[in-house]
Amino acid sequence: MKTSDAFPKKATAVIIGGGISGLSIAWHLAKKGMKDIVVLEKSYLGSGATGRCGAGIRQQWSSEANCLMAKKSVEFFEKAQDTLKYDGDIQFKQEGYLIVASDKDEADTFKESVKLQNRLGIPTEILSKKEALKVVPHLNPEAFHSATFCKTDGHLYPFTTLDAFYKASLSEGVKVFTYTEVLAIHKEGDNIHAVVTDKGVIKTSIAINAAGGHAGVIGKMAGIEIPVYSQNREILVTEPVERMQGPMVISFTKNIYCQQTPHGAFIMGRGDDRDAGYSVHSTHAFLDAMAKTVTDLLPPIGNLRVIRQWGGLYNMSPDHQPIISSTPVQGFYVACGFSGHGFMLAPMTGLLLSEIILNEPPSLPIENLSLSRFKGKTYQDVEKNVV
Amino acid sequence: MKHEDIIICRCSDVTLMDLYELFEQGYDTFEEIKRIKRVGMGPCQANTCGKMVQWEIAKYFNRPLENVPFHNMRPFTLGVKLDAIRRAADDEDE
Repeated sequence: MKTSDAFPKKATAVIIGGGISGLSIAWHLAKKGMKDIVVLEKSYLGSGATGRCGAGIRQQWSSEANCLMAKKSVEFFEKAQDTLKYDGDIQFKQEGYLIVASDKDEADTFKESVKLQNRLGIPTEILSKKEALKVVPHLNPEAFHSATFCKTDGHLYPFTTLDAFYKASLSEGVKVFTYTEVLAIHKEGDNIHAVVTDKGVIKTSIAINAAGGHAGVIGKMAGIEIPVYSQNREILVTEPVERMQGPMVISFTKNIYCQQTPHGAFIMGRGDDRDAGYSVHSTHAFLDAMAKTVTDLLPPIGNLRVIRQWGGLYNMSPDHQPIISSTPVQGFYVACGFSGHGFMLAPMTGLLLSEIILNEPPSLPIENLSLSRFKGKTYQDVEKNVV
Repeated sequence: MKHEDIIICRCSDVTLMDLYELFEQGYDTFEEIKRIKRVGMGPCQANTCGKMVQWEIAKYFNRPLENVPFHNMRPFTLGVKLDAIRRAADDEDE
């Protein structure tokens, strides 16, 4: 993206990371009246986890913080096309997530999550095997026990959704610089003073770390240790075919999620345990495991051709819930540790962090999202529903 | 020939006009254009349209072709059925 703007020497706030979180934060801050916001992206927009994610939108979580963020984000996405005045199509398709339980034990563990979700107003239902087969008839009846289904979950297209936040941010006066890498963060005492890039130095008192898989690295630049690590998670996509599956089908024990996008392609991923690091390479091991898992659970999909595979980084936090927080460094804020779900939570990420920065009362409880929650304690409320 | 009648990407049905509209908005890299219009993301994986997209970017923005990066190519080169991958994986396990 070329920009006619000269590279700024100062800014009110510098956001590091041109993914969905960074642009949602930028848009929310600008909407609330902040001027001179700069977003920096070291590659093209969405080149990190946003553009590599599974395009799923889910509210069926086991932790209250994730449930609430997801529910409010879905409410945003339902109106996002108008709210962001987008000229393209964000392709929000609400045909549900069907979470299958492999056996009775897993089904029992789902009951508690569903109770929590229902209490928070998320319309999840428990389905018998027979009922689940009505929703997705090509499921292998031998491969699962029962399911839970939330009809307002679904699909959202990451690239155009990011483009919508990008264009809306531009209309609010935000300046976005792609192919611009952050090299250092300067402090004066315990205050943010400047962000150093390969294009120049920007003087600012607010720096926001929305660097996704690289959030730990950016944290260190400001002298803040964030307890996150990154892990490669792989995905593949098939050729587009006639519509045959409405919901996302997902299983935690089988380690798979698989949906048909509005465009017709099937997109599927799994989360094999990998060493922490920054590699996003594709592997044969993933392909083999994925082919076995998907043809077992959804046999007709075996007939589809894989046309592409790729990897992307999950930025894992200790309790698999986001870190949306101020830090001990004055003016340094973080939005990271999404543990694979930053895309679907982005509207609330932007709203909550803008409220934290502007000292407004938060729309949701933020104690469970704070960086300080990890200090010297064991985590009570670890999110279990993660692939 | 009219720009809207010139198909650049057959898989994703993208015309030269579509490209020009994005160029005018400032999208000037293959990676950005690919993600908004899905050009090069279909079954041929840019084997047909890739060079044309690169060439059109070079022409429109008046840049030497060698300064217009090609898109990041990912596996596969040709589509392969998941059943075939599974059979091969099962064979290896035996």
